[in-house]
Amino acid sequence: MGFTFGMTGSPAVANPFPPLSIQSVLKRFGPLTALDGVSLEVKSRECLGLLGPNGAGKSTLIRTIVGRTLPDSGGVSVFGQPADSPAARAELGWVPQELALYWLLTCRENLEAFGSYQGLRGRALREAVEWCLDWAALADRAGSVVKTLSGGMKRRLNMAAGLIHRPRIVLLDEPTAGVDPQSRNRIFDMIEALRAEGMSVIYTTHYMEEAERLCDRIAIIDHGRLIAQGTRDELVRQSFGGRSDVTMSFAPGGPDPATWAAARGGAFGEEKARFSVEQPTDIAGLLNSAGQERLKVIDVTLRRPNLESVFLQLTGRSLRE
Amino acid sequence: MILALLRTGYRSLRRDRAAFVLSFVLPVAFFTIFGAIFGGQRMNTTPRVNVILVDEDQSVASKRLVQGLERESSLNAFTHAWPRKGEPVPPDYTAATAEAAVRSGDDPAALIIPKGYGDHPVAFQGGDQPEIQLLHDSSDPVAAQLVSGMLQKTVMTAMPDVMAREGMKYMDSAVGGFTPEQRRNMDATMADWRAYLDRKGGDGAGTGASAGSGTGGGAAVTGMVNVKVRDVVGEKKRSPMIAFYAAGVGVMFLLFTASATGGSLLDEAECGALDRILSARVSMTTLLAGKLTYNSLLASSQLVIMFLWAALVFHLDLFTHLPGFFVMTISTAVAVASFGLLLASLSRTRAQLGAIGTLLILTMSALGGSMFPRFLMPEAMQKVGLITFNAWSIDGYTKVFWRDEPVTHLGPQVGVLVGSAVVLFLLARHFAKRWEHT
Repeated sequence: MGFTFGMTGSPAVANPFPPLSIQSVLKRFGPLTALDGVSLEVKSRECLGLLGPNGAGKSTLIRTIVGRTLPDSGGVSVFGQPADSPAARAELGWVPQELALYWLLTCRENLEAFGSYQGLRGRALREAVEWCLDWAALADRAGSVVKTLSGGMKRRLNMAAGLIHRPRIVLLDEPTAGVDPQSRNRIFDMIEALRAEGMSVIYTTHYMEEAERLCDRIAIIDHGRLIAQGTRDELVRQSFGGRSDVTMSFAPGGPDPATWAAARGGAFGEEKARFSVEQPTDIAGLLNSAGQERLKVIDVTLRRPNLESVFLQLTGRSLRE
Repeated sequence: MILALLRTGYRSLRRDRAAFVLSFVLPVAFFTIFGAIFGGQRMNTTPRVNVILVDEDQSVASKRLVQGLERESSLNAFTHAWPRKGEPVPPDYTAATAEAAVRSGDDPAALIIPKGYGDHPVAFQGGDQPEIQLLHDSSDPVAAQLVSGMLQKTVMTAMPDVMAREGMKYMDSAVGGFTPEQRRNMDATMADWRAYLDRKGGDGAGTGASAGSGTGGGAAVTGMVNVKVRDVVGEKKRSPMIAFYAAGVGVMFLLFTASATGGSLLDEAECGALDRILSARVSMTTLLAGKLTYNSLLASSQLVIMFLWAALVFHLDLFTHLPGFFVMTISTAVAVASFGLLLASLSRTRAQLGAIGTLLILTMSALGGSMFPRFLMPEAMQKVGLITFNAWSIDGYTKVFWRDEPVTHLGPQVGVLVGSAVVLFLLARHFAKRWEHT
């Protein structure tokens, strides 16, 4: 594509500062503490997944990074510059969760408008618009008015509008919300193209599989606090060690499996008993024990914990709650 | 079933505050405003017509006519301008200064009583009676008719002896001459009458309610006095008052447009575009300044189109008044654009903006003369109207197109409109702080 990020910001030379550094950010809205001393760092070319239940503080953190929310204490710096400085703003690209577009303008007109707001003019603006249209696969719809686009196209244009000024850090706030699987895959391709260009990305999502696919590291936030961060494997290891989940289902009519599961250190719910085992061979012991209790096991599943398990373990809630 | 539908409709209306306000508050507000304007007749605030009196004759008859007109309850007649506080009484108007005052719109009519009027104060058969000049501004179609009628009435009620004497002169010539005895009796009766009037101090003028029967509007008025009516402002105009209506209607719709375009801020805030803009290199002040410029240009374009249409279809003399037109258009456009931004910055939702905007704009238009000329309103309402853009803008356009005044005379109107624009913009900037950060 022949397009280089960071052209309008600092030159692409070795910078001693991390792309993004968040230091002890505290933000209260009346009695509600939205961010409670959050500290976080995003490395160069890294994709950081920001996960948390609804109301956990993800959007407040993103808005604080882009200067739309002022923290009560703490600070955010971008390549060593305060986040509200013009230099920092030039390096940040924000794709809000809402479709923040002019609905009566065409794709090209939207990109021209948001490019102008970022200070682009003349040839630089024209080139940026063309690149965005190609990147978002909207070149053939450049003259279409936004309100006539499909949901997926609007999402892609929304992303392009956030990147028109060629930032080096992009904040994607649930960019796949409400789009069909095909459009979602196209958005993944767009994000991977950005990463290949060397951008640092913060990605918030409700879809665990997206975080596992796209993100190098995961940060989990709940009740305004950063409760864990690391790679997927690090988080699983931190939460579960080497243990695996075993789920057992039983034929009806036998003794109560809940009592048996509790006695063996497991849990019972939704007609299934759940255990955590160190080794897969531990399943044999569980099956023997069930047989002695005259429980008829009809299904056994062994599963390594994933991010969903980590999230449940840490927050007590499903990610989509 | 019907009950359920009623209940649902009522609950929906109650929760939609904008619709609720429009349904109940707006009609009451308008009823109050129009009641104050038109219902003033019963509130002892009947509009009195200002008329300048110039007595060039200074005869007994002309003085009595002046006194009679000054006592007329439907007129506010005066021979000199009101003195300012602490300053001496200004000199009496002359024919020239009275005409200038009418031409500039200070007063709607003037009566010039010419030299020699006292020799033939009334005329039963026309003849060589000097003409009283009634100078008027036809932008006020009521004033000339009322003054003309009141003049005829005053002549008859304020000078009964003159009427009788002139009547007897007419009879004398019509019947071929009175006998000496008849003449002596008439002279004695006239002497008694004059003595009676002198004892009353000349208080022979009627002070009752006006019942004018003047014909006005023509070049001359038939009746007991010869009156020549002259439109000193609009006599050369091809399309009287079209500028007034273009400005009145134009400003009202400009206000609606400004409110709607100002509301783009709310749309941008709602869809998140405002956050995106403010997170870029655009400050709130720059954003508002940009919107003010755009909205001002849009409003200016609307006025240009409206006045071009008036020139094409109604023969408004636009092209000889371009400097004044542009000065007034830009001033008006900036003022209404700031007004729209302030409304938007005060509103939380589009629905709220619509309700508040409609209420304010219709109220301003009613008070400011967009719907009904201010000069026909009671005096108190005319003063209240000056709190609106409509009034200042219409006054300015009237100066330009109706009175042919130079641009330099637009100072008060331009000052108020541009000054208001600055104040409203600063207020809008203040209230827009809520969008800057959370």
